Amino acid sequence: MDGRERQPQTGPPSAGQHSPADRQVLNGEAAGAAHGNGRLGEPRREDELISARGIMLSRGGRTLLQDVDIDVAPAEIVTLIGPNGAGKTTLVRVLLGILLPNRGEVKRKAGLGVGYVPQRLEVDRSIPLTVARFVALGRRASAAEIERALAEVGAQALLERQLTELSGGELQRVVLARALVRSPELLVLDEPVRGVDYAGEAELYTLIGRLRSERGFGVLLVSHDLHIVMAQSDRVICLNHHVCCSGVPHSVAQHPEYARLFGPQASRAIGLYQHHHDHSHDLAGAPRLSAPSRPQEFK
Amino acid sequence: MTEPYLMRALLGGMGLALVAAPLGCFVVWRRMAYFGEAVAQSGLIGIALGLAFALNLTASVLVVTLAVSGLLLLLSRQTLVPIDTLLGLVAHAALALGVITASLIQGPQLDLMTFLFGDIFAISRADLRWIYFGGLLTLALEIWLWRPLLAISVHEDLAAAEGTRTEYFKGLFVLLLALVVAIAIKIVGVLLTVAFLIMPAAAARPLSETPEQMAVFAAIFGMLSVALGLFLSVALDTPGGPSIVLMLAAFFIAAVFPSVLRQRR
Repeated sequence: MDGRERQPQTGPPSAGQHSPADRQVLNGEAAGAAHGNGRLGEPRREDELISARGIMLSRGGRTLLQDVDIDVAPAEIVTLIGPNGAGKTTLVRVLLGILLPNRGEVKRKAGLGVGYVPQRLEVDRSIPLTVARFVALGRRASAAEIERALAEVGAQALLERQLTELSGGELQRVVLARALVRSPELLVLDEPVRGVDYAGEAELYTLIGRLRSERGFGVLLVSHDLHIVMAQSDRVICLNHHVCCSGVPHSVAQHPEYARLFGPQASRAIGLYQHHHDHSHDLAGAPRLSAPSRPQEFK
Repeated sequence: MTEPYLMRALLGGMGLALVAAPLGCFVVWRRMAYFGEAVAQSGLIGIALGLAFALNLTASVLVVTLAVSGLLLLLSRQTLVPIDTLLGLVAHAALALGVITASLIQGPQLDLMTFLFGDIFAISRADLRWIYFGGLLTLALEIWLWRPLLAISVHEDLAAAEGTRTEYFKGLFVLLLALVVAIAIKIVGVLLTVAFLIMPAAAARPLSETPEQMAVFAAIFGMLSVALGLFLSVALDTPGGPSIVLMLAAFFIAAVFPSVLRQRR
């Protein structure tokens, strides 16, 4: 499903009914529509969660990022896609303030709460740490908040387990719970699928889409596979050291630059996929156009 | 065990064990054992310079260990030589420079053995004041830094993304390490100082479910080892510092053995 099909999360605003929550979601919708037309190079909007302009970064004589512009607005899911070694993780680290770019600037909304799910999370086995403790690490969180965050990702049974005993998929959920317990305005996920099988991957992205709808946070998602994140993305940015193309998922999938980077099969696979999934089926098998609030389940 | 020198050895050793325990956990978690080793061995230069210019030894050791820590942080930015090679290199260079400096000192020849392995029975009242003053400062810093350092040890990028000033806290950690090394060198010498940091923490790991438990168990093991090691030393007339270190090793083996047996099955 692409931007055109998405139903507004709230009804149309009526006069005198502008609660902050409404406005946030509506802005997100408006941003989604604007992004659809490709708006890189346009002046910065005021309500962006994070906004970077002209990012240039080189290390050891190699230019890893060149003139990269990127924004994430509230309640928007932006997917960053590109081949291995295209600088996706580097860009994420710049946006998060972990790396300093050689040129360009990153503006974060004042006091922006960020939840981060890094690509590879390896906690040294010498640190004894329960899941509950890990989720609450670095901030105050009540036991109820921790349990709620774990329940949200289906990992409540892991509460008392040692972090070192978890499987890759379990650890992934726990890291997501840690991001959620911070009530982030921006969730950043860097290929959060290591050690997770295909079904688990699709399920994870569906979960992220649902949480976005419920909580209205912005999401920056890094993926190597447009196919699987497509249904959840409002906007896709294709990166290969520079921004190759960007727009709604469908337009990026048809873009010649995308085909050049990922091969023509990738575009065809997306087309096929789109055909199957621009509607969903209820349990009886009857087609039903666009699910209003719950994202579609992957079959 | 009521001789005054024995009481001072016991009080000094236990104070050091208490202070070193939480820091030792971070050294283990952050894989900085060899960083500590390089810093500790550079302490010999500080001792030699302190003796040559009649300075306070703890202070001169602290200055040198801080300088070497800074040098190590600077050198670790290059990526062509792996970090363990770099640390070994600095440790050996520091030891060589320390021995040469010591050999050049005029006047009463300093006893190298004392500074390589320490003399816990030579702790004076003044030393004890240094240990407790420096120790209290260190302990306060450790409690203050515990949460951010733990977050950084668990995952540095995650901590940075969530707003922890990682470089700042890592710098303070190195400062703390230099402080504890400066205090410990007098007691266990430049070659055994790191044992006080990593051995209690390693012994505590198999028994711990939380980071705090590990720090507390490490403190208990460290203090018990000091008491038992001194008892052994007096009973069998063995050197003090090495006896304590041997006790620490015994605690580690006893603690880790059950999990070794579990792994085999």
